[in-house]
Amino acid sequence: MPVTLFLAVLAALSFAGFQLGRSRAVASAGGRLSSLHSVPTYHGFYVAMWVGLPALILFAVWGGLEGSIVNAMVRASLPASMTALSPQEINLIMVDVHNLAYGNISSRVADPALLAAAEHYKHLRSIGDGALAVLMLAAAGMGLQYARQRIQPGLRARNQVEKVVTVFLILCSLVAILTTVGIVLSLLFEAIRFFNKVPPLDFLFGLQWSPQTAIRADQVASDGAFGAVPLFTGTLLIATIAMAVAVPLGLMSAIYMSEYAPPRVRGTVKPILEILAGIPTVVYGFFAALTMAPFVRDVGQSLGLSVSSESALAAGVVMGVMIIPFVSSLSDDIINAVPQSLRDGSYGLGATRSETIRQVVLPAALPGIVGGILLAVSRAIGETMIVVMAAGLAANLSGNPLDAVSTVTVQIATLLVGDQEFDSAKTLSAFGLGLVLFTVTLCLNIIALRVVRKYREQYD
Amino acid sequence: MTAHTHTGTPTRSTGSLAAGIEARAATGALAGAGNKMDAKGVKVFYGAKQALKGIDLEIPDRQVTALIGPSGCGKSTFLRCLNRMNDTIGIARVEGLITLDGQDIYDREIDPVQLRARVGMVFQKPNPFPKSIYDNIAYGPRIHGLASGRDEMDEIVAKSLQRAGLWNEVKDRLKEPGTGLSGGQQQRLCIARAVAVSPEVILMDEPCSALDPIATAHVEELIDELRENYTIVIVTHNMQQAARVSQRTAFFHLGDMVEVGDTEDIFTNPRDERTQGYITGRYG
Ligand SMILES: Nc1ncnc2c1ncn2[C@@H]1O[C@H](COP(=O)(O)OP(=O)(O)OP(=O)(O)O)[C@@H](O)[C@H]1O
Ligand SMILES: [Mg+2]
Repeated sequence: MPVTLFLAVLAALSFAGFQLGRSRAVASAGGRLSSLHSVPTYHGFYVAMWVGLPALILFAVWGGLEGSIVNAMVRASLPASMTALSPQEINLIMVDVHNLAYGNISSRVADPALLAAAEHYKHLRSIGDGALAVLMLAAAGMGLQYARQRIQPGLRARNQVEKVVTVFLILCSLVAILTTVGIVLSLLFEAIRFFNKVPPLDFLFGLQWSPQTAIRADQVASDGAFGAVPLFTGTLLIATIAMAVAVPLGLMSAIYMSEYAPPRVRGTVKPILEILAGIPTVVYGFFAALTMAPFVRDVGQSLGLSVSSESALAAGVVMGVMIIPFVSSLSDDIINAVPQSLRDGSYGLGATRSETIRQVVLPAALPGIVGGILLAVSRAIGETMIVVMAAGLAANLSGNPLDAVSTVTVQIATLLVGDQEFDSAKTLSAFGLGLVLFTVTLCLNIIALRVVRKYREQYD
Repeated sequence: MTAHTHTGTPTRSTGSLAAGIEARAATGALAGAGNKMDAKGVKVFYGAKQALKGIDLEIPDRQVTALIGPSGCGKSTFLRCLNRMNDTIGIARVEGLITLDGQDIYDREIDPVQLRARVGMVFQKPNPFPKSIYDNIAYGPRIHGLASGRDEMDEIVAKSLQRAGLWNEVKDRLKEPGTGLSGGQQQRLCIARAVAVSPEVILMDEPCSALDPIATAHVEELIDELRENYTIVIVTHNMQQAARVSQRTAFFHLGDMVEVGDTEDIFTNPRDERTQGYITGRYG
């Protein structure tokens, strides 16, 4: 494979350039290393950069262009009988040419014209590879020559190397940012397509959710109703139950761990709680569906209540358990960040431990804890697996925790599972829901991070 | 926060607090005479490491006692023994006898929480609570139930701030957060906060180390005034300060107390050559 070979050669050359640059810098200093502006290693990196980077850029540009240029040339050389075909068919022929050239199985009987084209293709590719090798070597050599000449004690090698490193880091972070932007944009475009079919107001304020639509004309199906309010209330209900479980338990255990627990207990309990955070949510889902939901139903029945076998309560409680470690470890960190001097000040005035915690530590930590809870809420809203398994799919508009409800995430999952037609309102509605979910969790996260940051500033 | 070694049940009965205040009124008759606190053979260990090697020190009533000595010699450690703040450090172990008005403060009967209401502390770095100025001062009186109404509390707050020489600067902004004051104001706020619970003894650990000369002068004046009503123990690295504000000075060195005496004597006529070396600035 020439690519790896090229890169290996380039790496070796750069390494040689590094050695050369370093020793040349040492030599140019004439024994007095302090006369160098930058330490010799930076001179080494400087030369290595000049050897490697231009050649690498050339390689990337070439790699991007070579394929299409060669393709165009091969296509031009095809016999007239083939070039007369439609563009799609020409593309198919080109695929076959590739396959033949690389010895893969091709889809049609190889006729002589095709074989000739494959030969031509291979030939062009090898010429291209050769030319690339020569050009890269030349670029590396010229870079080496240029950098070598510039090595002298006054060269600001460190500044230049660091500038290149900075650019590299910026490029890396750009990849992450652009990916995010891409995700948001694709979500947005699909959602817009959905809102062309279903008016946004109907979607946001409609009270009926039944996304089944007829795909074929002869199918019997409802017309489809895309009012998302039952999903929003379902999500809210389950998230509320989850927070009602997670916040008190998580906060109390954080207070116990950071203020009361002897180091030995803390040393064992904290890792255990963190293991809880590592359990895959599907496993929580089993627990919710197989243990919690029947338990809730049985208890409800023995009390004379009618409980559906998939209840919001079961899902919410299990989700709350899932979030406990999240709340507790965040709160624990924040409580620990409250300066010891505040506690000392309080004890020094004759306050008891519980007075100190209630009146000094918690108020001081409160903004941070609120931020942590908001982050937990956005996790609860985004959680899917537990709800899929325990709360069911019935999009009931109900505030009763004993009913089956459905959430935004569950609907997205079910709408997109299986073979789907990507232009029906049913499928597209998933993107509408996704957009709402994204907006809500984004807002929550922004608020939460702001709150947490503000709190951090207070003590730094 | 780690486990306490000495902490008794963290409950509070105001009865014994009141007893303490009465006891103080009784001793007030012979002002200046007698010792408020008395330490005998105090040893402190942090884990296996010994920080104090047997300190004997008498702390006279209504006087300022200064603790001086090179860094790491155990001044803060000793100070923290006097109101059992060392209890909050898990690995600290205290041996020996320390009395307050003749009563052993490490006795099982004594609740460290009550003790700290009688022996208050001001720390090296100002540490106002993230509450309003008013609530900072009212914190102590509230938890000890010292004020029976809103008016009484207002009065305690005003009086404490006046005592600490901060009243004029903050009287119009009592609702603003205490953390928004300048460093010097914060330190005086902390002193006011300690004064507000009417302790009998105030321990100060380098209270001026974060302050500028003007704020320092303020605090020194304040200490001089507080001496009329309170017994004060102050740790300082500033020889002039020790000479200015204290009546008695104790010199600590490597976990030992080398010398103690009237401040005049210690500074003009030290008996030990280590003391002499330290106060003349030859080392430390
Ligand atoms: N929490 C602690 N854990 C372990 N060792 C401690 C602790 N606090 C103090 N020590 C040790 O005890 C010795 C005395 O410390 P201490 O803080 O009393 O010194 P100091 O005289 O107040 O010094 P400085 O003037 O620098 O404040 C030091 O050797 C110190 O390392
Ligand atoms: Mg100290």
